[in-house]
Amino acid sequence: MATQTHYKEPITRARLREWLEGYLFAGPFLIGFFAFVAFPMLFSIWLMFQKWDLLGEPVFVGLQNIERALTDELALKALYNSAFYTLFAVPVQLVISFTLALALTQAIKFRSIYRAGFYLPIIIPIVATAVVWQRVYHPDFGIMNEVLGIFGVPPQKWLLEPALAKPAFIFMSFWMIGRQMVIFIAGLGNIPVQLMEASQIDGAGKLRSLFSITIPLMTPLIFYNMVIAIINSFQTFVPSLIMTDGGPQNETLFVVLNIYRNGFQFFNMGYASALAWELFIIVVGFTIAQFYVSNKWVYYES
Amino acid sequence: MATLESTEILKVAAAHRSRQETLRRVGLIILQIVMTLVLITFLGPTLWMVSSSLKARTEIFAYPIVWIPETPQWGNYVQAMTMMPFLKFAINTFVISILTVVGTVLSCSMVAYSFARLKWPGRDLFFSLLLATMMLPEVVTLIPMFIEFRWLGWTKPGTVFGILPLNFLPITVPYWLALSPLYVFLLRQFFKGIPIELEEAALIDGANRLQILFRIILPLSKPVLATVAVFSFLQAYNDFLQPLIYLNGQDNWTLALGLRAMNDVQQTGQWELLFAASTVVLIPVLLIFIFAQRYFVQGIATTGFGGR
Repeated sequence: MATQTHYKEPITRARLREWLEGYLFAGPFLIGFFAFVAFPMLFSIWLMFQKWDLLGEPVFVGLQNIERALTDELALKALYNSAFYTLFAVPVQLVISFTLALALTQAIKFRSIYRAGFYLPIIIPIVATAVVWQRVYHPDFGIMNEVLGIFGVPPQKWLLEPALAKPAFIFMSFWMIGRQMVIFIAGLGNIPVQLMEASQIDGAGKLRSLFSITIPLMTPLIFYNMVIAIINSFQTFVPSLIMTDGGPQNETLFVVLNIYRNGFQFFNMGYASALAWELFIIVVGFTIAQFYVSNKWVYYES
Repeated sequence: MATLESTEILKVAAAHRSRQETLRRVGLIILQIVMTLVLITFLGPTLWMVSSSLKARTEIFAYPIVWIPETPQWGNYVQAMTMMPFLKFAINTFVISILTVVGTVLSCSMVAYSFARLKWPGRDLFFSLLLATMMLPEVVTLIPMFIEFRWLGWTKPGTVFGILPLNFLPITVPYWLALSPLYVFLLRQFFKGIPIELEEAALIDGANRLQILFRIILPLSKPVLATVAVFSFLQAYNDFLQPLIYLNGQDNWTLALGLRAMNDVQQTGQWELLFAASTVVLIPVLLIFIFAQRYFVQGIATTGFGGR
């Protein structure tokens, strides 16, 4: 017994039995992975080189779909729209959610009520959110113009105005930061009290301890929230489908809406697959780049 | 002399401290006020939706905004719910949601147990693949999966066992195959924390793995199972893209699709009915949110850390 090393155990009946049990219990995932992850991904690579409307036979078209995905005006517009949205929405979302989390870890009353209130918007079904916000932005009867009117801002056309449609979507995204906030609150609760006390004894003011202790210790969570928020922002879709249908002048035609249209309205399965892979590569590229850069600013205890 | 001086110092110090204390209190009061204003802003659209759902038509388009309707028009709700077969939509939504929750909880628990406790060749590789699928955008597999389900005949009209619409299968079956990597991960972490001695004792007593999972592990994992159940219910209930692609024919629609269709025909007209329908769609998730808030917060905090 003692001479056996961990990795060279003899194959016994009991071990074979455990293998079998292992595969059986993991079975759902193994089947699911091959059937609905691995196969579809390989299949969509094949699809990229075909022209297929699902009715006739697929026709091999070489690089045509890929070329179109990289040069088509609408495809590029959609990429630009999604990138613009992500670039401006994510940083502000992080600042808002972090600030709210900081405020909710102070000694104020009714913290759980505030937390629930800030969290509420993200449990509202996205369709209901879109239906309501479409009317929040209504030029004549929406509350956005009404509230801004109090501060003397003239009424705007928001979703009907090309220059304002994307900013309106970005502003709407600030409303849905509950998940990020709850993660920050949990993280702030894990900062050792001794560290804060030590810095107070050393005479550091509140602001000083925020920047030299709290924020550095929170960088892993800021990083996590940022990665997730970027992945999600690149995939925003439902609000634009319902509120503007990509308009005005394609200003809110986001990448996923473009993919949806080409796939399920125009039945261009090959081209839609090429667009989907383009998005996939961008999202993965972004994520890898962030992990690479994260060594420079994310603080890991070790 | 010396004692006199030290009492002076103490007094000054006490005064300083009480001044600081007052400052701190004032700061907190200001923060409380600011947070209340922020909260009102956050709740604004939702409150506006609920209040507008009870307004008379003239109040909807009144300027300035009427916040509290003079006489609540409860009839709006009746009218909204009968404009379209919303009861049918609600039943469909709950059938899909419940199938999703049961499938997710069962399959993810089994898979998580396998990854947490059983040793088998390839386990670590498949666990990395599981983690990798977390990063996979839904849209990459959208097109090929649609074609797959079309081959299986699940995009056609028709039923399974005479009751369940075929179109429900593409939406629910993947959840029976543990394709929610986040939940598998969460459950695996939790199972790993359960003392292994409990299982060893049961194994010696002749229990098999299935019995161990259902009689020992799962009863000890109720909080994390509740979190998974709540999240997967919300995910299924709120989903829009999958139902949009797969549910053909109004008979199969979910609440989300019904609301969207109503929105498309009500662009200009009856906002109060649209808001009433939106409020109805919100009520089930709101109830879950109120009664299961603990699991939400736990779930986000743990998965938040987990996925880091």
